[in-house]
Amino acid sequence: MNPATPSIPALDALPTVRPDRIPLLLLPVLALVAIPLTGSFSTWVTLTFAGLAMGMIIFIIASGLTLVFGLMDVLNFGHGVFITLGAFLATTVLGRMTGWTESESLARNLLAVLPAMAAAMVVAGGVGLAFERLIIRPVYGQPLKQIMITMGGMIVGVELIKVIWGAQAIPLPLPAAFRGSLLFGDAAVEKYRLISVVVGLCVFAVMFWVLSRTKVGLLIRAGVQDREMVESLGYRIGRLFIGVFVAGSALAGLGGVMWGLYQQTVTPEMGGQINVLLFIVIIIGGMGSVGGCFIGSLLVGLMANYVGFLAPKVALFSNILLMVIVLMWRPEGLYPMGKR
Amino acid sequence: MISSRLLSGDLPRSRVLAVLLLAILAGLLLTPFAFPGAKALNVAAKICVFIVLVSSFDLLLGYTGIVSFAHTMFFGIGAYGVAIALNRMGPTWTGVAVGVAAALLLSLVLSLLIGLFSLRVKAMFYAMITLAVATAFQTFASQLSEFTGGEDGLTFKVPELLSPGFSLSEQPFLGVSLDGRLIAFYLLVAVTLVLFLLMLRIVNSPFGRVLQAIRENAFRAEALGYRTVVYRTYSNVLSAGFATLAGALLALWLRYNGPDTSLSFEIMIDILLMVVIGGMGTLYGSVIGATLFILVQNYLQDLMKLASEGMSKVPLVRDLLHPDRWLLWLGILFVLSVYRFPTGIVGKLRVKARAKA
Repeated sequence: MNPATPSIPALDALPTVRPDRIPLLLLPVLALVAIPLTGSFSTWVTLTFAGLAMGMIIFIIASGLTLVFGLMDVLNFGHGVFITLGAFLATTVLGRMTGWTESESLARNLLAVLPAMAAAMVVAGGVGLAFERLIIRPVYGQPLKQIMITMGGMIVGVELIKVIWGAQAIPLPLPAAFRGSLLFGDAAVEKYRLISVVVGLCVFAVMFWVLSRTKVGLLIRAGVQDREMVESLGYRIGRLFIGVFVAGSALAGLGGVMWGLYQQTVTPEMGGQINVLLFIVIIIGGMGSVGGCFIGSLLVGLMANYVGFLAPKVALFSNILLMVIVLMWRPEGLYPMGKR
Repeated sequence: MISSRLLSGDLPRSRVLAVLLLAILAGLLLTPFAFPGAKALNVAAKICVFIVLVSSFDLLLGYTGIVSFAHTMFFGIGAYGVAIALNRMGPTWTGVAVGVAAALLLSLVLSLLIGLFSLRVKAMFYAMITLAVATAFQTFASQLSEFTGGEDGLTFKVPELLSPGFSLSEQPFLGVSLDGRLIAFYLLVAVTLVLFLLMLRIVNSPFGRVLQAIRENAFRAEALGYRTVVYRTYSNVLSAGFATLAGALLALWLRYNGPDTSLSFEIMIDILLMVVIGGMGTLYGSVIGATLFILVQNYLQDLMKLASEGMSKVPLVRDLLHPDRWLLWLGILFVLSVYRFPTGIVGKLRVKARAKA
């Protein structure tokens, strides 16, 4: 005799994936290890803020790159060109508004910087749309050609930028109210670094909200996990991909403005130089993972600043070393994305 | 028969291509007599060095299907090996031998390490990792200024036989003085020819066929019993070795080496363009690509200057034709060739020849 009521397992007994928080610990660990090494606490605070600011800017740039890869297995070696484009646009926009940038009032400065950022994002996004059409679409699913053609796109892009703005470096001074630093006890923190951290956190928050609370975000996350399944449910992954690509390019443009202001000079080669850092960041984070990219960016930013202070000669190696250590611990990056 | 043996049975298979290759060979051999002046000789020497370098990159990219951005690292190791050895040991042939041997050894170890660690992963990752390693190496080389001369690089003397001061006979021959530079040039051409034929032998051997099989379908090659990781690593090591030799040749010719002449990322981009425009997967493509690119690099600018001056009234066109923008046009040619004719110039020529036959 069967029992009259078959036992149904309760819903809450379904297995749930526990969020993996261990990689989050890396940041405080790295920061704490650096305290005794840097010697004085105030130096440490300055360096940490510099590292966080740099990490935030890298995150803004790299987040689009990692999502694009996760969604379509497209790695854009030409991502750097959007950074350069954004930075050069900023020189043009801010150059026209010197009256506003030289004024001491923060509001006027912001009114100059915000349009520069908006222009950079719009133009970089538009160029991204064309880039996707002309350069990337013809070579979907052919990794070898993709690497070469995105590289080629970057060469052409950089040369075109040189045609428009010239080949020499252009100074990009910070607006008046962003200059100087705030004192916390003995520790000096540059104002612009604080602003970078705030902007970076805002971008991260918006992105986090879109990815985890909206339908588009749900589809993007699902597409990263299993593209074919999303397609079989009737969604056009191609369109989603274009959207993500354009958004990623726009963010790279924004990052370019911020990086240009951070360096205070803009050169046509700047995008190519950051490319290496971007790759290290997205490999550390796990290809396709935005959370991993965030942690990776901050780790790379902090590492670059601590090591740059302690032993300037090995600064670039430190990031490669960081990548090797992370990959030895987790061979597919901090947050591996399933199918790969 | 003999020519077929020399070329390892890999004939040009297109009359136009054969004529072009012979013209390049004849042009290189006759440069000192036909085109007087230091610029022409330097351009011809650069073409020789890059034929070796681009062919070695084709061994990796075109034949095995691996994208590496660390190729200039090995090129730089070769150039620095000779430069440092001759700088420290004086201008002797032992110095050259020690420099080349040490450089080859270092390249061997590095390429083996990179290969074993990262050739298991997908093409994308390999490209990224080699890019990172190459960038780090470049920084490393300019930081170690005691050995490498930092950003300034190293100037050194070459063995007497090759130096400009040496002269074979007082009488000029056909109006060209028979000095050490001339000997150095012909030595360079001879070594280039030997290395090129050697690489042609390698890619047409059974081993080369396995590499092509891996490029076409790695999974199937593995199923047929070839350890793809092992073959990929061999290919990596071989191409690194040839790149090192190319670097040594460059240093011997220039009597100078610095980060910008042999290590920079621009050179990496250049050889990528050369290989693709000439034609991947055939070594003749590397010859055509290298020759075309270097001729364009050195002489297109003059042409563009004329065009730009002619267009000086039209602002945008004038800037697009500015002599410094030659890379723009080659970049566009590169992008077009990647998806319009991925087999490059040589592939196009061969298809045409086949259609005629």
